[in-house]
Amino acid sequence: MIDQNLPVLVPVLFLLAALLAPLLGQWRRGLSYLVALLALLVNTAVALYSLYYVVVNGIVRHKFGGWVPPIGIEYVLDPLAAFMIAVVTVVSLVVLVHSRQVVKVELVGRDVPFYGVVMLLLAGFCGIVVTGDLFNLYVFLEISSLATYALIAAGEKPAPVAAFRYLIMGTIGASFYLFGLWFIYNMTGSLNMADIAAILPGICGETGVIIGLLLMVVGIGIKMALFPLHGWLPDAYTYASSASTAFIAPIGTKIGAYVLIRILLYVFEPGYFSSQIPLADVIMWLAAAGILYGSVMAIAQKELKRMLAYSSIAQVGYIGLGLGLANPLGLIGAVLHVLNHAFMKACLFLVAGNLRVTIGHSDISRFDAALRRKMPWTMAAFTVGALSMIGIPPTAGFFSKWYLVLGGIDRGAWIMVVVILVSSLLNAVYFFRVLENAYFKPALSMDEAMGDYDHPDADIESFPREEVAPSMLVPTLVLGTGIVLLGIFNAFLVSAVIRLMVPAGL
Amino acid sequence: MYESYVPLWAVMVSMVAVVPILLSSRRPNLREFWTVGAALVKFGLVLSLLPGAIAGRIAHVEILQVVEGVELALRVDPLGIFFALVASGLWILTSVYSIGYVRGLDEKKQTRYFACFAVCLSSTIGIAFSANIVTFIVFYEILTIATYPLIIHKETTEALRSGRKYLFYTLTAGVVLMAAAAWTHRLAGGLDFVPGGLLRGVDAPASTIRILFLLFIGGVGVKAAIMPLHAWLPAAMVAPTPVSALLHAVAVVKSGVFGVVRVVGFVFGPQVMQSCGVDQALMVAAAITIIVASIMALAQDNLKMRLAYSTVGHLSYVVLGAAILSPEAFTGGVLHIASHATMKITLFFCAGAIYVNVHRQNISELDGIGRAMPWTMGAFAVGSIGLAGLPPVNGFVSKWYLGLGAVGAGHKLALAVFLVSGLLNAAYLFPIVHRAFFRGSNQYEGEREASPLMVVPLVITALLSVFFCLWPNGLVNLYDLAVMITGSVFGGGL
Amino acid sequence: MLDFFLGHYAYLFLMALFVVGLYGVVTKRNLVKKLIGLNIFQSAIILIYVAGASKWNATVPILEGSGASHGDAGVAQEAAHGAIEAAHYINPLPHTLMLTAIVVGVATTGVALALLITIHRRYGTLDESELLERMS
Repeated sequence: MIDQNLPVLVPVLFLLAALLAPLLGQWRRGLSYLVALLALLVNTAVALYSLYYVVVNGIVRHKFGGWVPPIGIEYVLDPLAAFMIAVVTVVSLVVLVHSRQVVKVELVGRDVPFYGVVMLLLAGFCGIVVTGDLFNLYVFLEISSLATYALIAAGEKPAPVAAFRYLIMGTIGASFYLFGLWFIYNMTGSLNMADIAAILPGICGETGVIIGLLLMVVGIGIKMALFPLHGWLPDAYTYASSASTAFIAPIGTKIGAYVLIRILLYVFEPGYFSSQIPLADVIMWLAAAGILYGSVMAIAQKELKRMLAYSSIAQVGYIGLGLGLANPLGLIGAVLHVLNHAFMKACLFLVAGNLRVTIGHSDISRFDAALRRKMPWTMAAFTVGALSMIGIPPTAGFFSKWYLVLGGIDRGAWIMVVVILVSSLLNAVYFFRVLENAYFKPALSMDEAMGDYDHPDADIESFPREEVAPSMLVPTLVLGTGIVLLGIFNAFLVSAVIRLMVPAGL
Repeated sequence: MYESYVPLWAVMVSMVAVVPILLSSRRPNLREFWTVGAALVKFGLVLSLLPGAIAGRIAHVEILQVVEGVELALRVDPLGIFFALVASGLWILTSVYSIGYVRGLDEKKQTRYFACFAVCLSSTIGIAFSANIVTFIVFYEILTIATYPLIIHKETTEALRSGRKYLFYTLTAGVVLMAAAAWTHRLAGGLDFVPGGLLRGVDAPASTIRILFLLFIGGVGVKAAIMPLHAWLPAAMVAPTPVSALLHAVAVVKSGVFGVVRVVGFVFGPQVMQSCGVDQALMVAAAITIIVASIMALAQDNLKMRLAYSTVGHLSYVVLGAAILSPEAFTGGVLHIASHATMKITLFFCAGAIYVNVHRQNISELDGIGRAMPWTMGAFAVGSIGLAGLPPVNGFVSKWYLGLGAVGAGHKLALAVFLVSGLLNAAYLFPIVHRAFFRGSNQYEGEREASPLMVVPLVITALLSVFFCLWPNGLVNLYDLAVMITGSVFGGGL
Repeated sequence: MLDFFLGHYAYLFLMALFVVGLYGVVTKRNLVKKLIGLNIFQSAIILIYVAGASKWNATVPILEGSGASHGDAGVAQEAAHGAIEAAHYINPLPHTLMLTAIVVGVATTGVALALLITIHRRYGTLDESELLERMS
């Protein structure tokens, strides 16, 4: 019985937690965190079990309220959806454990609503992933967006402005999606994804369908921060509190990518967006531009979180590139990168959080070698994350790039291959700057003012170990180890899970 | 072919040793014990694989699937064990030498040094035993990352700048190599190193093969210091001398030329290379490198810099030997991997001993040092003789085969390059020996030899160089292995 | 031409509204005006759905089992006979969808207004260019 209800469990549990966390938090402060933690633990278990179940047994469909689709709303767990939910829950669990300490420092007195909003956010994300109905997707999209606006706004002084600007852009995006949906609905008469997929081949040349698809893609592109619709991202990630960014950055834009994959490859015929209309090429080129733009802008940044934000724009570009290649290897690369980037970015943002809590800032130019003495484990995790972002085997980042390069070669898109490779080098530039500062820049002692490299540095050994509390350190290390493990075992993941997601006919 | 986990252990020994090394940072003697112990065990394991390889039985092990369709796999074929023997054998000596060096200078961060050294050696053996291009790339990149802390060891501005330069060159190369590997995967359907060429029989236009070759050579050519990709090597001399000795005479640069040999013999193969004409291009690049590097060596006053440019030149001996595509030249090139290693490491050891003892780095300041440090400069003399290609040092043997191969294939220009380079080698090395022993100067009156921890290894490497000239097949059957390698590449199939 | 206009006037008007709203969001500097523009923009889309659901000579989608005359006689007759002709009823689905969308819009506006209050409290202004200057 539980098996048939699997698709629904995760979003519903999160919604329940979103209700309970603030309520119980009014009664006892610490309960809101516990409710959130409990909900995430249960959901992670459910998500992993669902993944296993779906890989072994096939697609699971759930009719909401017993209403038969296409009249009723259907929730579907296929390999792609189960994979996404697993990624979301696992990463969020680790980030949640980490966030407790950060929230105590950065969001004083607001921890109760924080956990409630986080639950709402996750409910929205998971709902987007499992739903089989295009309008239901819009609803959950807006739920998650509202939660995101709230999370971003609770930050430093400029945060509400960043949140408002994101609100404007995000709502426009969602509205475009809604508008596009109108066209699709009017052309096909249905809102159910599977149903539309059956009807579309007959009418795919119609103007209405094309317009609808384009509007939907533009709308989702804003949510996904696909270049040039990325304008909201840098400010939003930078000014939000470290805990919020850690939740939003690894998974928020990936959910947008998921929606694009779902629409372009499952609802529409896989070949449609590449051969019938040149949409795939457009996405590919925009993604490539985003990769280069994000990487170059990241190099120019002085503050760690902002640098990571621009880096995220570039990484979303990889996923868009994989999608735009419109072949199996490209898709595998894109989906694998969703997983890898979630782990990598979460690890990096957790490190940023650790730094903010310990030394009070995350300005790169102010990093010095005292860090390697004070927080060796945190910097080690950062190093692993950096190596993975650059693409050094055996960390995970190398392998998603490998599949993308293979996909690019298959397609004959040589420029894309060059873009991927060049961006790896650009990544190396901005990450190594941080590493150089943190490991080798001489630390200033109280009475020293000089800081050139040849000056004998203040006795490094005299800086005390100031590593963060275990509740923050362990998640960081878990993610760092995870990055390496994901790299080593990526072949298993690809062949057992991701291969199943490639739709026939791609 | 038989399955055996010994290659995996041989790779992992020093990786595993990193943990005890890090843990015993407060007890230097214990820490050094782990380093030397791991070196001995590693060499022992590699040695145990030798009889099988000579008999034609190849040990292999598949570790896990690393990307779809490609496994992380190790295979002990003649070329692999050849390189592994050279690297692991010389590592023992370098470990002992390192101890003397860092203690003599009282360097900081010794634990990091030894730990990174261990990882480097693991990756080098991994490179040696790689069964396919992806395994090669994985260990190649690990080597890049592990050598960085060693290069910037002193943490001065200059060191950091050199480190950045090193990374720029090597990471770019790594990325290019990845592209080449991905393309090969699409073309050939697999990525294994096949004697005689993976791409033999693959239907692809010549222009594709040429571009692919360019990418591969770009990828391995950085570590192999083929001009103009060599610029990182002189800059890396800012590292402590044992680092320069092992890594830049043995591990890193030899991994590069090893890669070139693999690419020429096991990815493309003689037939494919000749039909596309890329062998000519490689020959020209190698020849230019040899001559230009030798000339630049003449102009250097800093001893390590001179040795660096000399290394650049000699690495291209191997590349040229491979590019000539004749059996003798190939054998000569492979043998030169070993001979140059022993000779160059001797010279670098000497340079380090001099620096630790009298803190001198420039050749112009070395007048008369031979009288104070006779063993050191004696070994230096032996190495110099060999690098010039003269008996009774093993440089003569490899050069002989290289020359033979050049003549046999009708490449008179290549022969001329070898001969001229020999003269240039003499020109930039012999004067150093002459100054050391015969220039009258009392500035080193009263100085004694450097610590035995340093002098003994360098005397051993010098003796080894002589030994391997007189008995090329002695002890570890290097000559037999070289012949087997050539046979497999040109005969097609082992 | 006139036919086209008469047949599609709703859509034409709503497209104009759509553009007006978008224009407001993009060009206005005051954040409140942006929000108003956003609301107009959202309303336009909502109304497009509703317009798309309407039909000529159709009535509300309520099934009258008793046959009481409510609009077209034909409809009442059919209802009396137990048959239903879909073409005579307005499509209710977009209306229900839009109820949800309106709620979403209201929630979004609420959050936006809360943000605006906070911004005003912190910066004292609601002018976008001034805020961007003060932010960095």
